Amino acid sequence: MNNLEKEINSLKKELLNMFLLVESQWKKSAIAILEFDQDIAEEISSIENRVNALEITIDKKCENILALLSPVAIDLRFVLSTYKINHELERVADIAESIANYVANNEEAYPKEVLENLQVNDMLNEFNSMIDDIIESFEEEDTKIARKIFKKDKRLNEYNKNAGKSIIKFFDKYNRENLMYLLSSIRKIERAGDSLKNIGEEIIFHLEAKVIKHKEKKT
Amino acid sequence: MKTKIEAKNIDVFYGDFQALRNINMQFEENAVTALIGPSGCGKSTYLRLFNRMNDYIDSFNMNGEIVIDGKNIYEKNVLVDELRKGIGMVFQKPNPFPKSIFENVSYGLKIQGIKDKDFLNRRVRKALEQSALWDEVKNDLDKSALALSGGQQQRLCIARTLAVEPKILLMDEPTSALDPIATAKVEELIHQLKEKYTIIIVTHNMQQASRISDFTAFFYMGDLIEYDKTDTIFTKPKNERTQNYITGRFG
Repeated sequence: MNNLEKEINSLKKELLNMFLLVESQWKKSAIAILEFDQDIAEEISSIENRVNALEITIDKKCENILALLSPVAIDLRFVLSTYKINHELERVADIAESIANYVANNEEAYPKEVLENLQVNDMLNEFNSMIDDIIESFEEEDTKIARKIFKKDKRLNEYNKNAGKSIIKFFDKYNRENLMYLLSSIRKIERAGDSLKNIGEEIIFHLEAKVIKHKEKKT
Repeated sequence: MKTKIEAKNIDVFYGDFQALRNINMQFEENAVTALIGPSGCGKSTYLRLFNRMNDYIDSFNMNGEIVIDGKNIYEKNVLVDELRKGIGMVFQKPNPFPKSIFENVSYGLKIQGIKDKDFLNRRVRKALEQSALWDEVKNDLDKSALALSGGQQQRLCIARTLAVEPKILLMDEPTSALDPIATAKVEELIHQLKEKYTIIIVTHNMQQASRISDFTAFFYMGDLIEYDKTDTIFTKPKNERTQNYITGRFG
């Protein structure tokens, strides 16, 4: 194994750590929202600085490999995609923290009836299964798995769209401010799903040298 | 873009050993094409086909055609001396003659029988300007070329080649004996020269190939494995052997 391969492997391990950290943040975030667990919500915030530190470590590694080892072809694509995935993951973790902050600062839980009606549990399960797919496709270098998330992202968009319409009917029954926090959380989950989709596209770029982003908009 | 050179069904043998196998390639005019591959892959043999340098090797034998500007240069009626007026070559190590700078650059013109001093002066100056050496040597044209640094000597050899105004430049690892500063100067020069010349360069330096060439051909054990635009070769090569070579996983 040459030096470049060693550095690439080490970078891959760090990025996998980042994936796992973000995955764990989101699993906790789901519990915080659904069970109004303010302790877990606080824990998410306290772990956020580890995500930020890891982001900087990965950036630095990418920079060093580019400057010192001049990667080309699949190695170059890996470093470029890692650089972008790293930033997307940091954003996804930020969103988990932001959702957790709503819970930590709220005085009351989101009403069970509204959570059920808006299918928040299903949406979070869908989102977390997207993270699992992304991690599996990254570890196994399998673009078929990465491609699974595009459909799932569309389903997240649907949950988000429906939630906007459905929540209005609860405005007279429950605390409106609380409902707006919930709706904002749903919007944020949808946005985090877009980031996972971008990560899937980067994994495909790394492994197949195909640029698939923005393709949908053209057709 | 226009095709300047075409290699058709090229096989090359040294006695029983086959150095190149069924090579087919088209070279664009006013472009730099890099030939890369591990030692012994046949790239230098291939480069030397374009000015018939291999003709001097007793065991050399070939099939196929090298077509330059529509004419097969291996046809019997081709005058090799005439052919070489249009094809300059720069070698791995600078090889200036033990003569003055002026005599080195004007050498090719003089053996063509040109004696007009004004003409020679103009051509020498132009060639030295083209090779980015004029400002460094304009007051020392009578000094020995051997007093120049390695990088200057190599640019002098390029000037000597350019003075006869060839159309094609063949370069066989032209910077392998130079330091990074001299290498950067020669690379910049190659970049400028492609406006007027068709350049084929053999290099072992992957980064150099990626920096200076428009097209890259990867050779391995006598076969042309992949030939494409340089950015394609270095970002998404189609062949796994190309990828393994340029990423340093073999060779």
